[in-house]
Amino acid sequence: MHRKPRVFEATADTGGGGAAAPSLHVAPSPHLADPSLTTRRMMVDVLVALVPVVGMAVWVFRWYAVLQIVIATLACLAAEAVFTSMRRRTLTLGDFSAAVTGVILGLSLPWSAPWYIGVIAGVIAIGLGKAVFGGLGYNVFNPAMVGRAFVMIAFPAALGAAAFMDPGVALRVATEATPLTLAKQASQGTPWWPLLLGTVNGSLGETSALACLVGGLWLCLRRTAAWEIPASIIATVALFAGIGQFVNPGSPMTLAHHLLGGALLFGAFYIATDPVTSPLTFRGKVVFGVGIGALVWVIRTFSGYPEGVMFAVLLMNAVTPLLNRWAYPTPLGGPAPAAK
Amino acid sequence: MSAQATVPSVHSGALSYGVHPHDHKELSADAPIEVLPTPAEVLVPLVQHIGAPNDAIVKPRTAVAWGDVIGRSEAFVSAPVHAPIAGKTARLKATTLPNGRHMQAVPIKAEGEQVEGRALFDDVYGGDWPLDEIPEDRGAIVAAVREAGIVGLGGAAFPTHVKLSVREDRPIHTLILNGVECEPYLTADYRLMLEAPQPIVAGAMAAARAVGARQIAIAIEDNKPQAIAEMKRAVAGTPIQVVVMKTHYPMGGERQLIYAATGLTVPTGGLPLDVGIVVMNVGTAAAVARAVLRGKPLTHRVVSVTGEGIATPKNLLVPIGVRYSELVAYCGGLKPDAVRAVAGGPMMGFTLGSLDVPVTKGTSGLTVLTDAALKKAPETNCVRCGRCVDVCPIRLVPTRIALAARHKAWDIARAYHITACIECGCCAYTCTANIPLTQLIRMGKAELPRS
Repeated sequence: MHRKPRVFEATADTGGGGAAAPSLHVAPSPHLADPSLTTRRMMVDVLVALVPVVGMAVWVFRWYAVLQIVIATLACLAAEAVFTSMRRRTLTLGDFSAAVTGVILGLSLPWSAPWYIGVIAGVIAIGLGKAVFGGLGYNVFNPAMVGRAFVMIAFPAALGAAAFMDPGVALRVATEATPLTLAKQASQGTPWWPLLLGTVNGSLGETSALACLVGGLWLCLRRTAAWEIPASIIATVALFAGIGQFVNPGSPMTLAHHLLGGALLFGAFYIATDPVTSPLTFRGKVVFGVGIGALVWVIRTFSGYPEGVMFAVLLMNAVTPLLNRWAYPTPLGGPAPAAK
Repeated sequence: MSAQATVPSVHSGALSYGVHPHDHKELSADAPIEVLPTPAEVLVPLVQHIGAPNDAIVKPRTAVAWGDVIGRSEAFVSAPVHAPIAGKTARLKATTLPNGRHMQAVPIKAEGEQVEGRALFDDVYGGDWPLDEIPEDRGAIVAAVREAGIVGLGGAAFPTHVKLSVREDRPIHTLILNGVECEPYLTADYRLMLEAPQPIVAGAMAAARAVGARQIAIAIEDNKPQAIAEMKRAVAGTPIQVVVMKTHYPMGGERQLIYAATGLTVPTGGLPLDVGIVVMNVGTAAAVARAVLRGKPLTHRVVSVTGEGIATPKNLLVPIGVRYSELVAYCGGLKPDAVRAVAGGPMMGFTLGSLDVPVTKGTSGLTVLTDAALKKAPETNCVRCGRCVDVCPIRLVPTRIALAARHKAWDIARAYHITACIECGCCAYTCTANIPLTQLIRMGKAELPRS
C-alpha cells in the first residue's frame, strides 16, 4: 500500500487516460447501496422479535418448549442443508430463513407433541413448503404452516385439542384445555388477564398475547414486518367478534377470546407477515389481512376446529399472486400512455 | 381543467417516498470554485443535448475564437455548440460519451491568448447583472438562449429554448429553479449558489419573462443552509421566493420537486409544462442570464470533482470539452483504492471506462468511488420484502417490472407501467436481495417492443 496516487498526464492524444482504463470498473447506476438492508438482517430481525415469545413459552411450558423449538429448528436446518445440496446450490443456511421457519414451527406445536412430530413437520416445511418451489423467494405457501398443516392432518391424535391436556405431567397449565376449546366445547370463559399474559394452555408461541405484541410491534417498527397486515387482521377479527358478542352476549367466545386467545396475534405478527408469501402493495396487504381475519373468525365460529389461523394464512397465501396482480398502484401521474 | 384558473402556490415540502443516502457532500462543499487553467486541447462533442444532431460548421485547421459557433442544426429541438477556448480546429474525431453514445467531436488545440483565472470567472459569473436590462420581448430572450446553445445543466441536457418557448394552449404560471442537488457527493450547484447568486437571480427573471410565469421560486434542500441564506439575500427586492425542501433523494427530479412543492402531478409521459410549470437548474439560469444580458454562449460550467477516490476534491469552472483526465490530474490524481469513476452523481451517473472522454454541457460532476462505498454482496432471490415498493417515488412495483424485464415478459412489464420509471435508482439502492432492479428496468425500457 505504498503506491503513490496515479496521476494522469494531460496529453492531447488518446494515451492520456489509457492508463486508467484497466483499473476503473464499469457498472450500472446506482453505485451506492444501503448496507444495512439484507435478507439476512430481516431474518435476524424476526429471530430477535421472537425472543419475548420464546421466553414466555419457556416460562410457561418449561423444558417442553425448549425441546420442541430445538427439535423443529434443527430439523429445518438439516432439511435445508440436504435439499439445497440435492439441488446442487450453494448452502443457504447463512440467510437464517430456515432457522426462522424452524423456530416459528416449533412455537406452533403443542408442548406434548412427540419428538418425531417436530422432525417430520420440519422436513415437510422445508421440503414441500419451500425447496420444491425453488427455495427462498419462490414458495407460494408459508413453509412453517405447510409443515404444521401436514402433521396436523397426519397425526390428529398428537395435535388435536385433546393432546394439549395431560394431568400426569408437572405443568399447571397442562391440566386444563386451551381457552378456545374451553369456550367452544365447554362454554367456559377464561379471564382476560391470563389470556394476555399467556399462563394458559395452547401451542407454545400462541399463549402469550403480550409477548407477541411486544415482539410484533418492534418488528413493525423495524419495517421488517409490514404493519398493514397485522393491523388489518386484528381489526377485521375485532369487528366480527365485536358484532358476534353484541348479537349473542351470552357466548363465552368473547372479543377478548378472539383477540388474545389462540394464535391470532402470533399469526398476525409473525406468520402472515412473511414477505415471500404476502402481497407487495399497500392495498394488497390490506385485502390479505382482511381475508385472513375473516377466515379466522369463520373457522373459529362455524367449523369443528377451535382454531383457524393456520388454514386462514394458507388460504390467503394462495390468493397472494392474484392480489399482487390485482392491487397494483397507479403510478404518480397516471398510467403510462400506450406506445405510439 | 385549466391550470390558469387557480395557480397553486409554491411551498416548502417533503417527499414521502425515496431514500436518504449519506450525502458525502462535506468532501467538496467547502472548496470554492477554482478556474481550471486552459487545457492544451479540448474535444467538443457535436451533440450534447437531447434532440437533433448538429453539423460541424468549421473546417479542420481553422482558427476559432472563444465563443465561435462550431456546430449547429436547423432543427428546433437542438442546441448549437461553441468553441470553449481560442485555438485551431483539427479533423473530426469519434468519442464515446459517458452514456455510451458514440459521437463526432471537434478537437480544438489551444492557440493565442486565452482568458484565464479570475478574469474568466468574472466573465462567466462575476460583475453586475442589471435586471432592468432584460429585454421586454419574449422572443428576444428565447432567441438569445437558443443562440447561446443552452441546455439543462442538471444532467438531462434538454435544450432550454424549447422549454422557454411557450405554446398558446399551454400557459405557464410558475417557474421553479432547481437548486436541490439531491445526488450525493455533488456540490457544483451549491457552490454556484454561494458564489454567483446574482446571475442565477437574473436568469430566473429572464426565463420567467420569457414564459410569462407569475410565480418564481428557488427550491433548495435543507442540508444547504448557507445556500438558502445566500439566495434569500440575493432575491431581496425581486418577486422570487426561496422554498426549502426536506433533504431526500430524488427531490431534485422535476416530477418529484413539482409534486413536493406544489402538489401537482406531471402526467406520465408528459412534461412539466402540462401542469403550467417550468423547472430549470440554477446553473442553467446563470447561463441564461449570461446569454441574455451579455450575449455570451454556454462554453464553461462548474463541475464537482469529488468522491473518496480523488486526492483533493474540488469544484472547478471548466471549458466544455475538456477531458476528465485533466480534471483528475488537476485534483491531485486518483487514490490507489479508486475503483469507479462516475460522470455525475452516484445514484444516476454513468461510469467512465476511460477518463479520456470530454466533459459535456450536462456533466455536473465526476464522482470517484472506492471499494468501500460500493455494493458487493451477491444477488439472491427476491423475498418480496416490498422495500422497493415503499421507496419508489413514482409508486411502481419495481421488483415485478424488473423480473418481468429479465424474463422478457413484455406484456407484464407494460401492464405494470415500465415506461413510467424515471430510473432514479432508489429501488436498487434499497433492495435487500441486491438485485440490480434499476438496470433491469432500464434494459427492459430499451428492449421493449414498440407495440
